[in-house]
Amino acid sequence: MKKLINKPEDVVKEELEGMALAYPDLVKVHFDPNFVYRADAPVKNKVAVISGGGSGHEPMHGGFVGVGMLDAACPGEVFTSPTPDQMLEATKMVNGGAGVLHIVKNYSGDIMNFEMAADMARAEGIRVLSILIDDDVAVKDSLYTQGRRGVGTTVLAEKICGAAAEKGYDLKRVADLCRRVNINGRSMGMALTPCTVPMAGKPTFELAEDEMEIGIGIHGEPGRQRMKIKTADEITEMLALSIIEDPAYTRTVREWDEDKEEWVDVTLEDPPFKAGDRVLAFVNSMGGTPAIELLIIYRKLHEICEKKGLKIVRNLIGPYITSLEMQGCSITLLKMDDEMIELWDAPVKTPGLRWGM
Amino acid sequence: MPITTADVLEFLRRSADVLHENKEYLTELDSAIGDADHGINMDRGFQNILKKLPSVEDKDAGTILKTSGMALVSSVGGAGGPLYGTAFMQAGMALAGKYELTAEDVLAALDAALKGVMMRGKSKPGQKTMIDAIDPAVTAMREALDSGADTLEALERATAAAEKGMKDTIPMLAMKGRASYLGERSIGHQDPGATSSYLLIRTMAEMAREKA
Repeated sequence: MKKLINKPEDVVKEELEGMALAYPDLVKVHFDPNFVYRADAPVKNKVAVISGGGSGHEPMHGGFVGVGMLDAACPGEVFTSPTPDQMLEATKMVNGGAGVLHIVKNYSGDIMNFEMAADMARAEGIRVLSILIDDDVAVKDSLYTQGRRGVGTTVLAEKICGAAAEKGYDLKRVADLCRRVNINGRSMGMALTPCTVPMAGKPTFELAEDEMEIGIGIHGEPGRQRMKIKTADEITEMLALSIIEDPAYTRTVREWDEDKEEWVDVTLEDPPFKAGDRVLAFVNSMGGTPAIELLIIYRKLHEICEKKGLKIVRNLIGPYITSLEMQGCSITLLKMDDEMIELWDAPVKTPGLRWGM
Repeated sequence: MPITTADVLEFLRRSADVLHENKEYLTELDSAIGDADHGINMDRGFQNILKKLPSVEDKDAGTILKTSGMALVSSVGGAGGPLYGTAFMQAGMALAGKYELTAEDVLAALDAALKGVMMRGKSKPGQKTMIDAIDPAVTAMREALDSGADTLEALERATAAAEKGMKDTIPMLAMKGRASYLGERSIGHQDPGATSSYLLIRTMAEMAREKA
């Protein structure tokens, strides 16, 4: 293992220390329990948006804390979901009185830890709603698996919902918007190389020099297929066509019902893309793939979208939801409406995303 | 000889040792079908329990186990944190106020732990999880006690059942957590969660053997 670290067990702590020193105007860092929060939190009467997950996906989530995006982010150990006390303390810290939205990626650990935290926060009198992101089309089945994983759409949901909260939407409206972003977003990723979790010291899986894995998750979860490596155009086509052409996906997720005061099962269906849709195209690096290659991917993605009648109205290209040093990329397409476009364009000022201010 | 809170504390200390010794083994099992952190996380969690034990040394078994559950929830992360945390907290609820335990109490705690895990993980036997070790252990221990076996005998049968349950996860198709994404590729690997559960149950039996 070759990494720019000191001790494997200090990686997350030292990263957070660096973050606090690098962006004092944007964020503060709370230790034990660990969370990153907006420097001006709590913002009175604004819905607070919180996310979190294992570390190793930087800049997500800590790098998206700031004006117009997240109010707080809870980093777990590398590739390990954070613990409920982190989300509970973060929720208490950033609650401005208008309630808190938890944006949770669909991993069993994240769901359970966030559920426990939401229950504890509600027991302390804070309004909390939770929305699950599950957009990874590489997972076809939700009956015999945990279901689609939460990947690229998470970044887009955090930006759009953060802007909505900044604009004064109430909690229910921010949650409804987040659910809408989730069901309109689809992603798929691929890996050329594995990555190494510092504490494990060894790669999480193995790929031969001439192999790639299509449909990989952001922790190296296996995808649809392991195969001989192909050209950028062929890879882009495999990812994009899965995203565009896969049939509607139905799943049951748990959400908190404020009227019944209990967790309820909600069935959601994502509509497939169709000609005429306006989309945001997000080409993401898994960490080890350079910008030069992402633009080659984008070039082909643009051509495919045009051929399919999808109009790319916004794009995001770069390393935003990474998997340590893994080489590879993911593509996310989000079907946008006027409201989402307006919120996407709204000012944002975070360590990882910044425009309009 | 009754089981005392000193035994409960000793069980937690030994479990911490056992999980520390098996840290790499569990992580290796997890890297085959999960995300290669189970041993690391369990070790961190039980080391955290050790830090909390001095503050509850003179308390009842329920408080000791509930405190241990909270220590796991706040330090393990992943799915293991809420699952093992809930298991210990539920076991603690079953033993609330008790300073001396019978074998039936241990069974009640194990049963409460099992139900807690099933509730938290929305899971059931046969899905290649820790439940596949705990569920047969609870059944075996209940049958043993019903047929008049003593504590040692009951815990040894529970351990044997947990070991079999753990091995039975090898041909299973994973349906929960990250292993589920492997589909058919999850077949042929032993579940790390079932393995750590087996190790904890075995630790109880080993202590009973030394005491007998």
